[in-house]
Amino acid sequence: MRDRPWIGGALLLFLAAFAVPFWYGLPHARAGLKGPDLQLPVNQKECVAPIAFMRSSHMRLLLDWRESAVRQGNRTYISFDHKEYRKSLTRTCWQCHDRAAFCDRCHTYSGVSTPYCWNCHNQPQTNVAWRTGQ
Amino acid sequence: MKITRKDFLRLSGLSLLAAGGREAIRAVAQRNAPAAALPRKTRWGMVIDLGKCRDGCTDCVKACNATHNIPQLAQRAHEVKWIWTDPFSKVFPFAQSGYSASQESAAPVPLLCNHCENPPCTRVCPTQATWKREDGVVMMDWHRCIGCRYCIAACPYGSRSFNWEDPRPALAAVNPDFPTRTKGVVEKCNFCEERLAEGRKPACVEACTSGAFVFGNLADPDSEPRKLLRARFAIQREPELGTGPSIYYLV
Repeated sequence: MRDRPWIGGALLLFLAAFAVPFWYGLPHARAGLKGPDLQLPVNQKECVAPIAFMRSSHMRLLLDWRESAVRQGNRTYISFDHKEYRKSLTRTCWQCHDRAAFCDRCHTYSGVSTPYCWNCHNQPQTNVAWRTGQ
Repeated sequence: MKITRKDFLRLSGLSLLAAGGREAIRAVAQRNAPAAALPRKTRWGMVIDLGKCRDGCTDCVKACNATHNIPQLAQRAHEVKWIWTDPFSKVFPFAQSGYSASQESAAPVPLLCNHCENPPCTRVCPTQATWKREDGVVMMDWHRCIGCRYCIAACPYGSRSFNWEDPRPALAAVNPDFPTRTKGVVEKCNFCEERLAEGRKPACVEACTSGAFVFGNLADPDSEPRKLLRARFAIQREPELGTGPSIYYLV
């Protein structure tokens, strides 16, 4: 029973050390984390779907496009605001987004591995005016 | 009116029997009715006039290579080809008399995927990465290909190639409108389905200056290829295999 303070102290120390990521991140969490610096096109204000949806589910949308374009031959996408888009990485997505300055930057920031789209799909040189945003 | 338990059970049983009987009659009637065979609207096909094919000309091959980012690899065993040429005697070994030296038998024959009516390659694909579309185009979905090469073994025409290495370093220029392939997938002629979707003709047909390629809808009796096939004698590659090639050669 005489060891109780030692054991208790060591346990507390262990818990404090174990929770280091939480202590360490606390001031940043209060200040608000800065997202990755992304290049966005100047002349376009919106994507093919609302930003929140694209942020969370762009991969699902891309899979849907892929399935319907390649397998069903349906190459036109009607967006939420009734605009028509071509289901094409080259002709649609990459007219506004750059691989290095958009896709890769956010994937690196979030620690998400780079998908294998790039093994086959190649980004052409685009002449888009960029601005920096998040 | 008061209903007894016995009457209730009798009525329930009879109504169940009636409902079940109706379904059974309907099922039997449907099975015996002849399946309404709808005529196919589109079957893309091609007629190649060997008489118009100039010796030594590879415009069609060059156009396809540039359009579809087909690598020119040094190692022949790794060769990737969508459209290529072979000597007549090799393509049609049974159409030889032994003495013929006409232009057709001397000039090389352009070869490509036959887009068969009954393609053996699609039957063996374990992931349905290759399949036949309604319009007759035998498609490849490289997203789904696992590189097992069953389709290469099944195709009797050698129309399929495997990417043994990354094709990108072997490309002089990349057409950004069409994806390159990656190491480990099978590829072949797609009848320019990406151009057909825009209402354009395949790249080889457009590139041919002597008009040897005639592309059109084989299901339409008034189409250009059907007119040619009515008027002249045409052969297919190994029709005895029952694959039903959509590529015809005028000799």
